[in-house]
Amino acid sequence: MTVALTIDGRPVTAPEGTTIWQAAREAGIEIPALCHDPRLRPVGVCRVCVVDVGERVLAASCVRAVADGMTVATRSEKVERCRKTLTELLLADYPRESAREKTTGDDLLLALARRYGLDRERPRLPPGNGRPHDLSSAVIAVDHAACILCDRCIRACDEIQGNDVIGRTGKGYLTRIAFDLDVPMGQSSCVSCGECAAVCPTGALTDKALTGPLRPPAELESVESVCPYCGVGCAVTVHVDPRKNLIVQVSGRPNPASQGRLCVKGRYGFDYALHPQRLTVPLIRRAEFYPKGALSSEVKGSAREDKPGGVVDYAEVLPAFREATWDEALDLVAGRLRALKEAHGPRALAGFGSAKCSNEEAYLFQKLLRAGLGTNNVDHCTRLCHASSVTALLETIGSGAVTNVFGDVRNADVALVAGSSTTDNHPVAATFIKDAARHGTTLIVVDSRATGISRHAHHFLQIKAGTDVALYNAWMHVLIEEGLVNQDYVKQRTEGFEALRATVERYPPERAAEICGVAAAGIRETARVFGRAKAAIIFWGMGISQHTHGTDNARCLISLALLTGNVGRPGTGLHPLRGQNNVQGASDAGLVPMFYPDYQSVADPAIRRRFEEAWGVRLDPTSGLTVVEILAAALRKEIRGMYMMGENSFLSDPNINKVRNALAALDFLCVQDIFLTETAEFADVILPATSFFEKTGTYTNTDRRVQIGRKALDPPGQARLDWEIIAEIARRLGYPMAYRDAEQIFAELTALAPSYRGLTYRTLAPHGKLWPCPDPELSDGVQLLFGDGFPTPSGRGKFVPAEYRPAAEVPDPEYPFILNTGRLLEHWHTGSMTRRARALSRLRPEAFCELHPEDLAAAGIQAGAYVTVASRRGSIRLRAHPSTRVAPGTVFIPFHFREAAANALTNDQLDPFSKIPGYKFCAVRIEKTGA
Amino acid sequence: MNARGAVKVEFTPEQLVEVRRLQGLYPDRRAALLPVLQLVQDVFGHISLEAEEYVAGLFDLSPAHVHEVVTFYTLFFREPKGRHVISVCHNLTCHLLGAQQVLTHLKKRLGVEVGGTTPDGRVTLLSVECLCACEIAPMLQVDDRYEGNLSGEKVDRILDGLA
Ligand code: SF4
Ligand code: SF4
Ligand code: FES
Ligand code: FES
Repeated sequence: MTVALTIDGRPVTAPEGTTIWQAAREAGIEIPALCHDPRLRPVGVCRVCVVDVGERVLAASCVRAVADGMTVATRSEKVERCRKTLTELLLADYPRESAREKTTGDDLLLALARRYGLDRERPRLPPGNGRPHDLSSAVIAVDHAACILCDRCIRACDEIQGNDVIGRTGKGYLTRIAFDLDVPMGQSSCVSCGECAAVCPTGALTDKALTGPLRPPAELESVESVCPYCGVGCAVTVHVDPRKNLIVQVSGRPNPASQGRLCVKGRYGFDYALHPQRLTVPLIRRAEFYPKGALSSEVKGSAREDKPGGVVDYAEVLPAFREATWDEALDLVAGRLRALKEAHGPRALAGFGSAKCSNEEAYLFQKLLRAGLGTNNVDHCTRLCHASSVTALLETIGSGAVTNVFGDVRNADVALVAGSSTTDNHPVAATFIKDAARHGTTLIVVDSRATGISRHAHHFLQIKAGTDVALYNAWMHVLIEEGLVNQDYVKQRTEGFEALRATVERYPPERAAEICGVAAAGIRETARVFGRAKAAIIFWGMGISQHTHGTDNARCLISLALLTGNVGRPGTGLHPLRGQNNVQGASDAGLVPMFYPDYQSVADPAIRRRFEEAWGVRLDPTSGLTVVEILAAALRKEIRGMYMMGENSFLSDPNINKVRNALAALDFLCVQDIFLTETAEFADVILPATSFFEKTGTYTNTDRRVQIGRKALDPPGQARLDWEIIAEIARRLGYPMAYRDAEQIFAELTALAPSYRGLTYRTLAPHGKLWPCPDPELSDGVQLLFGDGFPTPSGRGKFVPAEYRPAAEVPDPEYPFILNTGRLLEHWHTGSMTRRARALSRLRPEAFCELHPEDLAAAGIQAGAYVTVASRRGSIRLRAHPSTRVAPGTVFIPFHFREAAANALTNDQLDPFSKIPGYKFCAVRIEKTGA
Repeated sequence: MNARGAVKVEFTPEQLVEVRRLQGLYPDRRAALLPVLQLVQDVFGHISLEAEEYVAGLFDLSPAHVHEVVTFYTLFFREPKGRHVISVCHNLTCHLLGAQQVLTHLKKRLGVEVGGTTPDGRVTLLSVECLCACEIAPMLQVDDRYEGNLSGEKVDRILDGLA
């Protein structure tokens, strides 16, 4: 129903239920507001939005709904007088200086003061009744005196981010906002997302300056881009001071996926690009530093006691290298790679790209390896995160991407979050899941750790690590037994049901209960909740994929969706949450050993012919080696030369002591990166590359949304664009690559990748597009895939049953604990970026492990004391934090920290199908250390 | 005892049944927050920060939101209180009829300021808004009982009657 009304004499129509404020805004009439923000539930507490609707009293337009025939005056004398008085009252104890006015210049209260010509010089009440400043947060400054109790921050924290940190304390004039139980912000459960500071209308909550002083956006350049960190791919506006070549601030930019939300990394983690340790000249290893080996004490494995953590000490590593010209360095790289190829054949060469790189860079990198060097040994870190998910998805439903976007969780009756610490790893996606869970979606969380998202679950199953297959088999057992299978869907859309039935028959909940360590009744109940849902969506993370049976884990989740027909409709789907900002895109672009762009098999002669034609050379018909296999081959001297672009294998690959030997064994290693990483210590040549903020390219997020990241900064020193470096090496190898810019590379990629067909930089602005996108001019792309069949040979989805297998290495008396590794909200992978971001490293300065308080007590270990954690492969020393998030008998270690690298402990045993290592499970022991 | 030195806050199973009953009385169980906080105060004497956190858990509310309710209502005690609580009304009627004298007398006799508790833990003294008994002003509330038409003598008698 629409209603018709008059606002300021203008006829206006609006849907029933619209507020006057909103209707006016849509008609181009701005009504001032202090407590209201369109992204928040209106509360109507400040009253400056009052309008005259012809009643005895004025109405607050942010809460009053429009009515048919209503006549609204938004600027009458009476209204303005009232607003002026309200402003005057609020100003009475407002501090002389507003941190917002001084920085970004957008203090809304002071703007109203100006509008009403209010004199701020007159004596007034003491500001804020002496309410204090709170500077304890790493990223936000709190000035309680400037708080007008508009309630915006509280709603932003509760409703937008779902963190529930802020409330009020006290009564009457003494009322303040309070964090948790009124502790300083920096000690509260605040996760520093900055949403509260972003919505605050006054100087009460403001961003702290991270690089240079904050300035009004209008005085800066605004660059529309995306976040460089995770696969959620939040849209951002980067505020740049071009004269100083400085990013001053980053703010959220509304797009269909992230809707303007950001997490701490996206909002406050940008300054790594400006870190003094950036590489600015090509470097060549000095002759006296051969034979090659680790340089810094941490990478050598002899962590220094006097230096508890932090980034590499350049004084330890730089002397091993001398500066070189680009020509000298590039000639050396091309010369050595060619020589190795001639001596040992192309399969002795390999390249690691990175899921941090753009689609264009990934495409060009694999093209260089395949066409320029003649090898399919090209892979990247996706192998280490979702290879198993992709393997299972390709095998069962014929496509490795998500079938639905994360935001559609709002339409789901039930959401299953499996093995994903979403609040840490996909924080903004988590806000939508939390939101759905508060508004009618039943949330089931299954994990071996009580993760942040489990707090929001209606059903939480804390299973024993690595027992997922048993649990989901039991779920399917119950579904079949109790007739909760979608018979029509199974009959029409799937194949292999009988095989599945035969397998899950052997998994009654009672058996699974024993394996998983949760009650059979709980398994039955959750199975029914899932089975009865009209629409259910499944999210999963590394807790599913990073196991030596990771492919089996994913197969079970896929079977579950197929069995219940939860694919291809609103509110349903399979969504493996992608880790890196360009995990999806790098794989799409062919940065994997078995596929050309868009998952076209290198083994298929017809496809190969097409690429041979496009690239003008003969291509190797055999699939190449994967990440861990390549390093193992290096150890055996089968791989001799490597080119690494943006990958930091030393810290990211399992079993570091083996990786150290493998990297040292390479005859030649070229590392292209923005910092001298742990891996670069083993390099012969280091090429200074550009950071995310210094280049333009496209990135594909977890939803399949292809978005443009735009150049905001000039690169430091002689650092060069990654694609240019690749092209320079290719030219020197006798395989010329001539491109004007990234856009031209993108055009070549889209011509070869059917899923990307039709996408151009022009149509990707401003919000990106979901692939596939048959009509880029008019549509946002296809959100729901496979509503009418799967891209498999039969067009059906295939059940691939899986048997429960224990992990490759289980605890025993010598190594009695189970080690689980993962990430923290504040850090990114090997820490090379985030540990150089001031706020992030302040929030999480050093390595630690989480142990259950009972285990700590039993071992007589004090909270915060150093312990040694040892596995059969290595040992590290780090602080022990008590945490009830981990189950007794397990230990969690984030893998970001070079001084105590979790991967010194992990097992390099691989999942047989996808070659992903089992990062989430190995046996360790914990020992008390002296200090 | 826990880290903050307070008594561990946890309801007995019977008390938990009462909590669930109270929560069941309202369409939004959050509405039972006030009676449940009252129960905490009855059982533990006051509402500590630990108790706020505990209650937040019972309601699936954030600690911050429980804290705002506790700090808003003056009848919730956030510090341990005496065995008896004397609340002197200081609003208009009582004020005009000598509430200040009553307060001064009490402060002297008890040796505490408003908000304070006698060292022997016997009495906590408060000064509060109108208790809706203006017809017997000046008045005070001692525990669950109203006492009006106060004089110095009457106050002394009241005090003497407190164990
Ligand atoms: S920064 Fe985020 S989590 Fe922290 S108080 Fe503000 S909105 Fe809440
Ligand atoms: S959720 Fe991911 S993409 Fe979004 S701001 Fe955080 S790290 Fe960046
Ligand atoms: S903006 Fe409407 S009451 Fe504050
Ligand atoms: S003023 Fe004291 S009871 Fe009303």
